[in-house]
Order: sequence, then C-alpha cells, then structure tokens
Amino acid sequence: MSTDDRSTGLAPGTHTLSEAESKALLAQHGVPMPAEQVVADADGAAEAAEVIGYPVVAKLCGDGIAHKTERGLVRLGLGDAAAVRAAATDLLAAATPDDGDVGVLVAPMLRGNRELIAGLADDPQFGMTVVLGIGGIFTEALADVSIRLVPIERVDAEEMIDELRTQALLGAFRGEPAVDRERLADVLLGLSRAAIATPELVSADVNPLIVVDGVPIAVDALVEVRDLAEVAR
Amino acid sequence: MTASSELRTEQFRALFDPSGVVVAGASTHPGKFGFVALHNILANGYAGRVFATNRDASPVLGIDTVPGLEDLPDGQADLVFVCTPAATNPDVLRAAAAKGIKAAFLASAGYGEAGEEGLRAQLELVALADDLGMLIVGPNGQGVVSTPSSLCAQIVAPYPPSGRIGVASQSGNFVSSFMNYACASGVGISRAVSAGNAAMVGVTDFLGFYADDPATDVALAYVEGINDGRRFFREVSEVAERMPVVLVKGGATSGGQRAAASHTGSLATDDRVFDGMCRQAGVIRARSIEEAYELAASFATQPAPKGNKVAVVTTAGGWGVVTADAIAGTDLDLLALPDDLVTALDAELPPRWSRNNPIDLAGGETKDTIPTVLEIVARHPDVDAVVLLGMGIQSNQGRMEEEGPFFPDFGLERIAAYHDRQDERYTTVASQLSDELGKPVLVATELAVTFPGNAAVRGTAAAGKLCYPSSNRAVSALARMWEHARWRQRRGL
Repeated sequence: MSTDDRSTGLAPGTHTLSEAESKALLAQHGVPMPAEQVVADADGAAEAAEVIGYPVVAKLCGDGIAHKTERGLVRLGLGDAAAVRAAATDLLAAATPDDGDVGVLVAPMLRGNRELIAGLADDPQFGMTVVLGIGGIFTEALADVSIRLVPIERVDAEEMIDELRTQALLGAFRGEPAVDRERLADVLLGLSRAAIATPELVSADVNPLIVVDGVPIAVDALVEVRDLAEVAR
Repeated sequence: MTASSELRTEQFRALFDPSGVVVAGASTHPGKFGFVALHNILANGYAGRVFATNRDASPVLGIDTVPGLEDLPDGQADLVFVCTPAATNPDVLRAAAAKGIKAAFLASAGYGEAGEEGLRAQLELVALADDLGMLIVGPNGQGVVSTPSSLCAQIVAPYPPSGRIGVASQSGNFVSSFMNYACASGVGISRAVSAGNAAMVGVTDFLGFYADDPATDVALAYVEGINDGRRFFREVSEVAERMPVVLVKGGATSGGQRAAASHTGSLATDDRVFDGMCRQAGVIRARSIEEAYELAASFATQPAPKGNKVAVVTTAGGWGVVTADAIAGTDLDLLALPDDLVTALDAELPPRWSRNNPIDLAGGETKDTIPTVLEIVARHPDVDAVVLLGMGIQSNQGRMEEEGPFFPDFGLERIAAYHDRQDERYTTVASQLSDELGKPVLVATELAVTFPGNAAVRGTAAAGKLCYPSSNRAVSALARMWEHARWRQRRGL
C-alpha cells in the first residue's frame, strides 16, 4: 500500500499524528516499538545512532508528513556516524514549510523475513476493532486477517493469532525462530487498550509489524485521530 | 418504556405456552391468512382453548366465532394471533389486553415494510402495547411454533417434530426452511418464531428467552440487518455462554467498501468484522441455511467433544480414505491407533483389517462384529469422537431384493429382514454409545438422502440423531463442534 492511500482515505474532521507521536501513543499502552529517538539536527542524529547501535534508519518526521517514501525521506542502512550526519542534513534540507515542525527520527535498522500488520479500525456497525493480518506485499492478495471488537481479552488475542490461515509463517521460518505468540498477543492487547484510553482515536496502522528473531516490533505506525473540534461536539 | 425482564419473560411464556389462543380475523375463505392460521392451530393438536373472531360471526372450520375480542370470556387466552387489517389493530390490542391476553403475534402487513405511514402506525402500535403491558411479535410475521404446547400458530407449513432447537429468524421463510429440514431429518424443534418487522422484539430477544428455556438446548438464528452492532454483540454473547448459538447471516457481502484511512481499515471489511464478532462471542456462524440446520442438529443431538482425536470406523474402504482427507483439512486429528486398541481389535477382526485409522473392517464382519468393534473403539479413552461409515449397505441390497421378482422366495424374505434388523441395530448402538459415553458418534451415509427409508437411517433417526448425508458433512459438523468446545474450554466455561 502506498502512503497516498492514507491521505486520500482520511475521514473528514480527522488528522494523522506524526510517526513519532503515533508510536509514543501506542507504546504507552504496550505496543512494542524499536528504541528510537527524534532529534533536531545532524549532531543529535549521530549521538542517537551511537546509543542505538549501527546500522540505523533515519526518517524525516513531522505532523504534516505522510509521504515519506515517495518523497525520499527515509534513509536505510546507515553504517556509521558520517553517514548518519549526511543523511540527517539532507533530510532536514528537504523539509518544506507545509511539513510544519520537523525532526529526524533515528531508529535501529531491523531485519526480519516476516512482516505482519496490526491495527485498529472503526466499523460503522460494531465500532472499534482490533485487526491482525499477514503483512508485506501480498497483504491484499492474501487477505489473511482476523478481527475482534475492542476490548479484547488475552484469549481473544490468542485466537486471533490461531485463526490466521498462514500458520506456517508463524512457525520457525528460514532460520528464524517461531513467532513469540505471547508477545504478539501483547501487541493486540496494547492496541485494544490504546483504543479504550483514546476516545478520539479513529484508526491505527502498525505496518509493518516486523518479526525480528521471533519478536514482533512495530517498525512504522500511523494513528488517525478526530480533530479537537470534532471531539468536543 | 421497555418492559422489565420479568414482564418480558411472562409475555414470552404467553407467546410460546399459551393456555388459550385467539385468532383475530379468522376467515371463511380457505385462501386467507385468517383461515390458514386457525386451520394450522386446530390441525396440529394444540391442547389449549381456541377462539376466533370473525366480522360476521360466521363459523370457521367448525368453530363458533364472535364478532370481536370483547365478546370473549375473560382470562381464557394468553395469545392473540392477529390477521386483521392494520387500521383495526389498535382496537384489537386494547380488547385483547382487557381479556388478560399478554402476547400478540401480528401477521398483518402494512407496517414498517410499507413505507413511512406504515412505520408510524407500527411505532404507535408498539407504544400502545407498552402501555397495555402486552408483547407484540411482528408485525408482518409468519407465525410462532412451540412443540411443548403443540402450538402451530402460523400462516405456512410445516409443523416440525418436537426437539431441542429454538429458531428465531428475521425471515419467515427461513423458519419454514429450518422446520422442513427438521421434518426430513427427524431432529426436531422446540420453539420457532419469525420476528417479522421486529417492532418490539427482535431475534436476540428470542435467543435470550431460549437461553433460559428448559425446552431448548440450541439456538438457531437467521439475521439480515442489525441496527445496533454493539448491542447485538452483547446480547448474543450472553446467550452463547449458556447454549450453542448457530447463526446464518444474509447479505454477508453486500456492505460496500468504505473509505479507510489506514491499511488495516481496508482489510476490515464488513463481513470479516461480522465473522470476528461471531468468533469473539462464541457464536457458530454457518454459511448456508442447510449448514446452519445441520450444525444446530449436531449440537442438539451429540455431546460436545472433549478433544479432537477422531476414530473412523468403516465397512467401506473408499469412504474411510475420503473421510481421512476431510479430517486432514480441519483442526480435528485422525487418532493414531494406540497399541492396546489395535490388539483389542485384532481379536475381533480378520487379519486383513486395516490395523490403522480409518478402521476398515474389510468385509470381515460376522453377526456381532460391528457393534463389538464400535464399542471397543468408542470406549477407548484416547478416542474423543467416532465417525461410523458404510452402514445400510446390506439393507439397501435387501430393499432391492424385496422389490425384485424373486421376493419372498429363495430365502430372500428372511435375509432382507435380517439385514434390516442388523443395520438398524448398528446405528442404534452408535447412538446409545454416544449418549452413554458423552462422546460424539456420528453416522454418515448418502442413504440418508437417497433412500431415507433405509434401516440404518431409520435407526439413527429413531434414536433422535442426525444421519449425515456424507462423511464430509459429518466431519465438518464435528470440526465446528470441536471449535466451539475449545472456545468454551479456553474460557473455563
């Protein structure tokens, strides 16, 4: 899915949070996130990278930015301080006034052969739902997805995982250990808690949820919320 | 405005177990609903008092009628079956309430389904009924059936055999369809009601009554539109904790894609959300009307499996192979036969038996082989469920002999009767073992639909069980029973 779909699909009266804010909101409720930092300049980026450990990813981060990949605002596999500095300088220079306040998000370069997708979606009939699916480029084609109504219990989360058809992908796979089902259930429970605690939340997209050494980690996240005026109504 | 739960329960009792019924608007014309409703009540053995109103006070079907409900004695009926035109119904309700009637089934049309004016009349009627402390079911409904009271208050056939399945449907026709399956299979119905326009009570209200109804073990529901999804989820969850709820939903794929800001949102289509809601609530969702009936009949007549290890016992090799394939496609497990079970079966069977699961008897049966083997297998603690195949083959041959030119000579009469007795005995034993051991023992043969008079099919039906028309259907029913059993186990229910 391209990031274009995100912006065109926005419901009226809603807006998306920045990647960092989205992640912070979900992390607060227990969705596991990579250790990452948002910094203001190239020096800050290099310091953050030293702490996180190489290689790292650098992305331009701001409220108005929803087209990172298309605009070339993501730099992968940065192996040393010089590369991080250069990338951060480039990214900040690429910011436009429309992007608002921007920073550079520095995150570990996570690798895993398996991608899942998880999130929250508001159903017109049944209200907020938790969604888990097989991610990656075949997400739509496979449409291997399980859904429950918020709030969920751990047993519901476990059944959501069991219900996916592509179970082979959740076992030991290409030299990587089996997906830690308890940790994956934690992601779903965290999403459910985030929805309960955040009435203005309209949708959340954890995509991809990469499986690194068996542990699911939210590499990207996008939360959509109602505008304040709408909430007050 | 909404009736208290105690009042509602009392009203539902009046609906399903009335001591007397009034048909309002009984007609002398055999083509009218007001005639058919009275006919069906009288023709199916309802034991309570039956009254009818007719504008001209003409006798209908040999029953004296009165011009209006006000002409009836007080306190003699609990239910009024309303076939009168919509415009007169407020007066009908008032008069009924004055006679102590607590529930009205409205077959009358011309309400919410007929546009804005009808909807207004419907809302007014509900408000009136609330004031009167009366229950309205419908309007625009097909009727209500309740076998504990031998009540067939409906404007269509059939009247089903009695059983443990409670039906509630947003479509009257599907009530008939479910009851037709009940007639064909012999697995019967406790209560059945079509919600019509569901002006006052809807499908989940009936399910709520069934959950506490001693006559009902399984709820079977058909729904199309759902107004309040969260309420539906809450209500159906409460019922599903107490009894199996089999549900089929119409319009499963009609909901269009809506704008979705997120990728996950685009994956969460209407039907997938509904499906997830069912799984969360523990509702057994069926994809078709016949599957829904078969599942309800399975839950109503077989104990819940305690595990997923299945033994297949067959006299027909091919069916065994196909059944093993079917099991492989589910969460069920074809039990690897434990040594002690193999040894026990070796003692009963010729050496050429499969010595494996499916347990293929390989044509080595003597008079008592099948019941003996079946009992050894079913009693084994590792076996959670049994599928029994290849019954009825001998009695089907007997049927051909009976219909042929040589019958009853050449010993044919004796052998045909023997095969009939044996096949009926085999399936009777299967049912007895299931009941005694609390394990599912499913009998499957295509004879259930091709020659339903077959002795094996009769034996299954006589024991009150469903004879599955193929092993694939038995396996898929068993798989859904296991899925539901596990749902309960995981929640400590």
